[in-house]
Amino acid sequence: MMFVPGNNPGMMADAHIYGPDSIMLDLEDSVTMAEKDAARLLVHNALKSIDYGDTEMVVRINPLNTPYGKKDVEAVVKAGVDVIRMPKTETADEVRELEAEIIKVETELGCVGRTLIMAAIESALGVVNAFEIASASKRMMGIALGAEDYSANLKTQRTPGGAELLLARETIVVAARAAGIACFDTVYSNLDDMETFRKEVELIKTLGFDGKSIINPRQIEVVNEVFAPSQKDIDKALRIIAAIKEAQAKGSGVIAVNGKMVDRPVVIRAERTVALAIASGILDKEEVL
Amino acid sequence: MRNTKVVTLEEAIRRSGLKDGMTVSFHHHFRGGDKVVNLVVGKLAEMGFKDLHLAASSLSDVHTPLIGHIRNGVITKISTSGLRGDLANEISHGLLKEPVVFRSHGGRGSAIASGELHIDVAFLGASSCDELGNASGCPRSENAKSICGSLGYALPDARYADHVVVITDDLVAYPNVPKSISACDVESVVVVDSVGDSSKISSGAIRDSKNPRDILLAKQAAKVIINSGYFKDGFSIQTGTGGASLAAVKYIRESMLEKGIKASFALGGITAHMVKLHQEGLIGRLIDVQSFDKVAAESIATDQLHQEVSAVEYASADHVGSAVHALDIVILSALEVDVDFNVNVLVGSDGIIRGAIGGHPDTAEDSALSIIVCPLLRGRIPCVVPKVTTLITPGKSVDVVVTEYGIAVNPGRPEIAQRLVEAGLKVVDINDLAAKARSIIGEPDTLPFGDRVVGIVMDRHGKVLDEIHNILD
Repeated sequence: MMFVPGNNPGMMADAHIYGPDSIMLDLEDSVTMAEKDAARLLVHNALKSIDYGDTEMVVRINPLNTPYGKKDVEAVVKAGVDVIRMPKTETADEVRELEAEIIKVETELGCVGRTLIMAAIESALGVVNAFEIASASKRMMGIALGAEDYSANLKTQRTPGGAELLLARETIVVAARAAGIACFDTVYSNLDDMETFRKEVELIKTLGFDGKSIINPRQIEVVNEVFAPSQKDIDKALRIIAAIKEAQAKGSGVIAVNGKMVDRPVVIRAERTVALAIASGILDKEEVL
Repeated sequence: MRNTKVVTLEEAIRRSGLKDGMTVSFHHHFRGGDKVVNLVVGKLAEMGFKDLHLAASSLSDVHTPLIGHIRNGVITKISTSGLRGDLANEISHGLLKEPVVFRSHGGRGSAIASGELHIDVAFLGASSCDELGNASGCPRSENAKSICGSLGYALPDARYADHVVVITDDLVAYPNVPKSISACDVESVVVVDSVGDSSKISSGAIRDSKNPRDILLAKQAAKVIINSGYFKDGFSIQTGTGGASLAAVKYIRESMLEKGIKASFALGGITAHMVKLHQEGLIGRLIDVQSFDKVAAESIATDQLHQEVSAVEYASADHVGSAVHALDIVILSALEVDVDFNVNVLVGSDGIIRGAIGGHPDTAEDSALSIIVCPLLRGRIPCVVPKVTTLITPGKSVDVVVTEYGIAVNPGRPEIAQRLVEAGLKVVDINDLAAKARSIIGEPDTLPFGDRVVGIVMDRHGKVLDEIHNILD
């Protein structure tokens, strides 16, 4: 998920050419108070007029308790955004409040249920309430860690190893999995240190995250490389999926691949491997489907 | 006691027999730091010359003072490869009565050699020169201050001009060897305080582009090369100096190391990137018509396998020995590419001259694979268009166009398209790229060109290819 400032038309116009899985147009921290209205208008028009193709479009709105939050919701829902990212989420009630705002606009448009929600958890209270937040609404598609605010709230600072984030990261992954939604890790902002960035991506992949937030197209390749499954894993996953399809066609309940029985976790892992291979550009979606 | 050829500039001009209406020539190896053109034309004006034809290998921003010399009739005709800055702007608006004649580097070399472009007096700046006129772009003493490396574009002038004046800021003891320009071709040597501003002659070390769009374009260009069918042991390559071209070299290098492939030679403007690959053993020879940075200039001064070539040996169409005939792959840039793969590198989309032909049409035509790397959009300016503003390199010479929205392959090269598709690259129709640009930007207004011809583009075979009209405000 690539962060793009909502007040930069040049960046918004071609963010998708670099092939991020999703683009998050930001109305919150990268936009100054004086530019909030202009950025909202720009983001609204970008969503309506730019052909982003298959890229999932996310907009980070301002908190609902600011003068901008509700206007942001109205503007981006009307422009057909896929996902609204709510910043600094601390309780499930906040998610429900956002949902109510979304429903208001969607009702007016006649498209109730279209807009999904991602909640950014950026404080100790948010981490403590992670599962409640993750399961607060059927619209919740994911939760994400916002590490800068979180580490400030913890009264510590970010370190290259990320020890200060470990509990939050693990809690968020566990909460997301328990709620059956996705989880995304925080940004890494030193563009000149690709090695530490790579280590961080390797760490969060091991922890179970679905993806990494990025701030520059140059980071995409590293994330894709780390998350990309090996050819051996892909081949195995494709064999499993083919076997399932064949078994389903025959009405057979039990599946075996290479003499080993395939149970549900194996199938789920195979599907995830194929999804990652498609996202990393190794497999062509159309060929697989 | 030997005769010395060292005289003042005024005396050198007087001895040259220069008369009103004649042709004087210059090279552009000192690039944005050049002081020779302004110095010499200033002296010619002071001495009262009129109606001169200025034939430079290229002109740039630094030559703004020529505007005054054109207004007062000292210069009435220009031949060059490129024009930039205020001078280009004024000429685009009709400053010169006679059209500027634009030639490629190879085309200029051929025209000089054939006599079509006859040079009466060549004023050639040199980084070092001895009192008899053996001149070089390399430093030969501790006093060397304006170092440019290769003098390739000056060599046809030195050989074919009726009279040659070398201008240097570092007069060294005879013999100044190895030499680029031979004393046998030189009539006078003029010593001046400075021939160039070294900070503007060349940049320092390798600068890797951090622009994500350049990196994206570079990676795509590298993938095109690697999968084109021409990427095999012993291949030869030339690249431009744009961010994307330079970065492409970096990615090709990785693949060369991985696959154990080595290039036989790199050609053209040589950069630090190419020197690095050469020093690593990945490129056998460097054939250098212009040393683009300090690293390249240092390398040509010390490395036997890094050799200077003249513009004729580099890119002439009609000399069997010219190096472009042996070139496999070239990566070039463009201001505009059209749906027929024609390329414009000279006139901006605002109708104002702002570039140089360089070796573009020479290398595109003769290479086995020519790749144009160009963003679909530069801000609000579309770079893939229905028709180029000015035709510089005909589409039949262009094989592949790489943009951030996809790769277009000339329909005349279906085998390349097939190889790229098989490698999983996004090959698109160039008409779709032009349509995409229009869909984002809309329909640009027609340019307000006037009736006067301010520039004539010659092709590399000596025929008129296109005309540039004056732009109205």
